[in-house]
Amino acid sequence: MNDLFFIPIIKMFVIFGVCLFFITYTTWLERKALGHFQLRYGPMRVGYHGLLQPIADGIKNFFKEEVVPDNADRAVFLLAPIISISLAVMLLAVIPFGAPITILGKKVDLYLANPSIGILFILGFATIGSYGTILGGWSSGNKYGYMGGLRASAMIISYELSMAFAVLSIIMVTGSFSLVDMVGAQQHVWNILREPVAFLVFLISGIAELNRTPFDMPEAESELCCGYNIEYSSMKFSLFFLAEYTHLFVFAALVTTLFLGGWHGPILPGVVWFFLKTFTIIFLCIWIRATIPRLRYDKVMKLEWKFLLPVALANVIATGVVMALFG
Amino acid sequence: MSESKTVTLNMGPHHPATHGVLRVVLELDGEKIVNATPVIGYLHRGIEKICESRTYQQILPLTDRLDYSAASANNLGYCLAVEKLMGLEVPKRAQYLRVIMAELARIMGHHLWLGTHALDIGAMTVIFYAFRDREMIMAMNEEISGYRLTPSFIRIGGVAQDATEDFIGKVRKFVKWFPPALEGYHQLLTENKIWTTRTMNIGTISAGEAVNHGLTGPSLRGSGVAYDVRKAFPYSSYGDFDFKVPVGEKGDVYDRYLVRMEEFKQSINIIDQAIENLPSGPILTDNPWVASPMQSEVQTDISALIRRFMINYKGTPVPGGELYSAVEGAKGELGFYLVGDGGEHPYRLKIRSSCFYLASALPRLLVGHMVADAIAIIGSLDVVLGEIDR
Repeated sequence: MNDLFFIPIIKMFVIFGVCLFFITYTTWLERKALGHFQLRYGPMRVGYHGLLQPIADGIKNFFKEEVVPDNADRAVFLLAPIISISLAVMLLAVIPFGAPITILGKKVDLYLANPSIGILFILGFATIGSYGTILGGWSSGNKYGYMGGLRASAMIISYELSMAFAVLSIIMVTGSFSLVDMVGAQQHVWNILREPVAFLVFLISGIAELNRTPFDMPEAESELCCGYNIEYSSMKFSLFFLAEYTHLFVFAALVTTLFLGGWHGPILPGVVWFFLKTFTIIFLCIWIRATIPRLRYDKVMKLEWKFLLPVALANVIATGVVMALFG
Repeated sequence: MSESKTVTLNMGPHHPATHGVLRVVLELDGEKIVNATPVIGYLHRGIEKICESRTYQQILPLTDRLDYSAASANNLGYCLAVEKLMGLEVPKRAQYLRVIMAELARIMGHHLWLGTHALDIGAMTVIFYAFRDREMIMAMNEEISGYRLTPSFIRIGGVAQDATEDFIGKVRKFVKWFPPALEGYHQLLTENKIWTTRTMNIGTISAGEAVNHGLTGPSLRGSGVAYDVRKAFPYSSYGDFDFKVPVGEKGDVYDRYLVRMEEFKQSINIIDQAIENLPSGPILTDNPWVASPMQSEVQTDISALIRRFMINYKGTPVPGGELYSAVEGAKGELGFYLVGDGGEHPYRLKIRSSCFYLASALPRLLVGHMVADAIAIIGSLDVVLGEIDR
């Protein structure tokens, strides 16, 4: 009786709603934290300490004029943000948010789906989602956007590799592709202690995948004036923006799941631990953004192909050797 | 091999990293710059032409609007030119106050440069730290002259008002506050690996080429030429102060950065010496054609009232002749070529803008680099369009 048809639907709405709420407030957190790093307050006017700011921004963007440039490829131009947001939101489906809980005598798992290839699902859909960025930049008929799209495609192809290899060593350690099993395997020792190198590689290439400073090549606002989304306005821009923060949230959740023991933690309930860890990672990303200058495009490529990828490969081999000898 | 086509990219005048309205037309091969053409004139206000129909006093506020990020230094340059033509002697106290204002302006200009340069390269926090300290100088400007950005404090024949106790206190406080703050900027950038890879060996220009392009100021000194108008042709008592002229070695973006960072320190050093040894005495020359009478005098003495009226509305006649007089502005040598014909207006005032020469060196510096480097190079030259377009 666990598989009542309405339970997944309810879960879908709850997960979607709760996560979207958190993602919206990630934008608030980012603006607020950046503000305090930079000797200012950030949003203060709308609501207490600007708490209603994300909502106000959403409403504002909703009422803005939709502009489609004359020389844009109209169909692709309109499709790009939809690709971005829909594929980003799909990633939320497989993230395990907490230990199973019991409601009215029924055991409810705190995830929507647990495919046996969970981690591949995430890597795959995250990469397809980047088509939104690439197509958006390409179709907008703007040279800055075009360069942003070009940079995005090169970056995502490159950094996907080291990210996958970092994940591979985790798969070797836990022996499963399922995210739920990965969390289960970390009940006593977190993977960050077993695979510190993989953690660092994953963190760096993840930030690069997210197009965040110091790797924000596709949208480098001082070089390309926002790059791929330069021609986007109104709700289309909002969707890109939301997709970006969804990716940030999913990335932080993934780091938590793969390396920081997922929902495991003493005293507090699992869900609380999960979000605590996730927001620690998000805060780390914001901190990095506030401190570090932007790398140059070719150096970013060099960093990947000449440093991160060899390190990730060596780590996989080292993991294998250690497992063969002592495992 | 198939022939590759180049793309023309129009950078500016609306671009976040071109510092105002500089427009650079880039010809790109992939991300590599094959050709660069700076286009100027978007901020042209005809200041040089306006000067020909204004009295010498009225020109002063216009000079504030040249390099608006370091306004007092422009006032000083213009006043020195007029005083030279009139043969005026400026009292010592006024000279010291002028030095303080000019050096504060230099620090202000460098604050703006540091913030925007770092912002262009992607370190977004530095600008807020720089502006926190810039705000203190703004408050000093306001205290002594009533204006924050464009003080017009330095006047022909002296300065507008005497320094108040409050002003001196603020300057002393800033001299104490600033060196640790500067250390903070260094911590954020100087040793940062990403910062050094972004700036080292980018936009390199040799000493000979820099001289040939007419570069002056920190951009020239970054290439290793120790030319500073303050040392080479001391004016306004700069000979009294003990300061160094920092120079770089290679002439790349990083060297220009280090030179400016060191100039912060030297300027603070000069201000410290000037405020501690501030001589007493008058702040305005006693030439009745130039020195506008004080408010108290005007209200009690009819001849003072008439004199004030004449100075302000008819203007001061300046003897004929032509001369060139230069000061070290925040961006380089700021020269005024003044031709007087004996009347109340200059016959011609040509402004030698250092930024104009810096911008003219852009094609030489940009070619062969990537788009991201173009941003770093434009930032490192520190051009201000108010001065280029005039």
